[in-house]
Amino acid sequence: MNFFFELPFWLQGVLKGLAVIVVIFPIAGACSMAERKVSAWMQGRPGPNRAIVPWVGWIPGVGPALQRLGLFHLLADGLKFVFKEEPVPGQVNKFYFGLAPALALIPAFTTVAVVPFGAYFGPRGEVVPLMLANVDVGLLAVFAVSSLGIYSLILAGWASNSKYPFLGGIRASAQLISYELSLTLAVVPVFLWINAPGAPATWSLVKVVEFQSGVSGWGGAWFLFTMPLSAAIFLIALFAETNRQPFDMPESEADLVGGFHTEYGAFKWSLFFVAEYSNMIVGSGVFALLFLGGWNPLPWLPLARFAALTGLLGHPFLVGVASVVIFLVKILLMIFLFMWVRWTLPRFRYDQVMKIGWQKLLPLAIANLAAYAVGISWLQK
Amino acid sequence: MPVLQVQRKPLTLSERAYLPQVAAGLWITLKHLFSPRVTLSYPEERPAIPPGYRGAPTLVKDPNGREKCVSCQLCEFVCPPRAIRITPGSIPSDQPGAHVEKAPEAFDIDMLRCIYCGLCEEVCPEEAIFLQNQYSMSGYTRSEMVNHKDRLYEMGGTMPDRHYKWDRKKAAAEKAAHHD
Repeated sequence: MNFFFELPFWLQGVLKGLAVIVVIFPIAGACSMAERKVSAWMQGRPGPNRAIVPWVGWIPGVGPALQRLGLFHLLADGLKFVFKEEPVPGQVNKFYFGLAPALALIPAFTTVAVVPFGAYFGPRGEVVPLMLANVDVGLLAVFAVSSLGIYSLILAGWASNSKYPFLGGIRASAQLISYELSLTLAVVPVFLWINAPGAPATWSLVKVVEFQSGVSGWGGAWFLFTMPLSAAIFLIALFAETNRQPFDMPESEADLVGGFHTEYGAFKWSLFFVAEYSNMIVGSGVFALLFLGGWNPLPWLPLARFAALTGLLGHPFLVGVASVVIFLVKILLMIFLFMWVRWTLPRFRYDQVMKIGWQKLLPLAIANLAAYAVGISWLQK
Repeated sequence: MPVLQVQRKPLTLSERAYLPQVAAGLWITLKHLFSPRVTLSYPEERPAIPPGYRGAPTLVKDPNGREKCVSCQLCEFVCPPRAIRITPGSIPSDQPGAHVEKAPEAFDIDMLRCIYCGLCEEVCPEEAIFLQNQYSMSGYTRSEMVNHKDRLYEMGGTMPDRHYKWDRKKAAAEKAAHHD
């Protein structure tokens, strides 16, 4: 590992960034496949299971299993998106039309930089988080950058110069603004609690996980159990922010054809798709860090004790791998929840979305914040 | 027209809170996630054909291997989409079934026209044409989709016969001739 730390700093950053993108991109692709499979299973169908590639698919045992899981459809879909003809309608503004899908990816991949996805223990037992940029504004950076994702949707809707994408773009902007408030207010109690009065304040996600790493009492309980209402509000707002069912107003197929991406096809469309799933992955990650204890395997069983129990404590590399695996499992469970909800609930009407956002969720978030503010000030007196 | 007043109960608190209802919905889909699949993987698995199924019309032979059709052309006349074309012919006098006198020289059913109504089967006085199990037909040209006589007999095979009408007629005729 030492040669890596002797490389120039910028090269280390580029390599780490590439490693994260190389992981996120296939997971986003695999999610699209998982979505098709999960929807099929919930509807009593076997789902896509026909595509087969030579040689790999002929390996006895493994090949047919992969075929039944539909993994070759993943390759087929990817190749199709790259090679199929890309129609650009005559009425669009070509520059912004091309810019929008690229712009969708930028916030999706930028937020990954400030999200820790694992940790190991240094020689003196201190927690070293695995992340690209350990900035102290942590969660604020995630919120700031991820809200920029809306620009790609508005740009796509506007540049398409046709009515359905336009309506989709408008809905996207209205919905994101409405739910951003509840989303942010829901996490404030968490940071009220971890920031002791007088100590230097932080928005760091690493600190949130460290706070949930206790072995007993309040410290070890995940915030999901100590702040269930915050978690629920955050989760609902997250569904709205990532434009997932039942809040997928911007692309509601029933009334807007395809919403903001109606005029898109082939590779540009697939970029929107990857961006949506990347947003889901990052959003699930943030939820796992805030409310599900991050890389701690179980409540009151923090990573350090887990490592000691399994005898990994002396091997920082293995601890790091274990923490990443635990974190990924939580993210995948969250993504399954996203899909599970999508194939269960029908879509809200637009006025219902606005009503839930402004008349229900926002007052609830404010009341929640007030209650916890009073409670925490009493506890930390 | 009588008016039926639908009673609309006000929503309970748990219904208005929505989340318990969501949880109930999630429980239903979770049960479906683990329930057996209902899809038939078609080319590998075939559906069970119920008795009385009306598939492609076929011509059948009796257990003695004699072709039953006597080219009366009733099916041709009754066929609503006019899918059947029959060229009647006579049986040469040196053949064993010569007393039946007539048999189709050509019998074509155009499967692009056939509507599987089964009127041909119903009208046939000789019980010679049956709609059987075959439901999957394909071809690259229109002419491929016309079933000729040999193909119709190949698909139809042999059906049990309860009457042996022509054998009984022949026996009766021979008996009468013997008495004279």
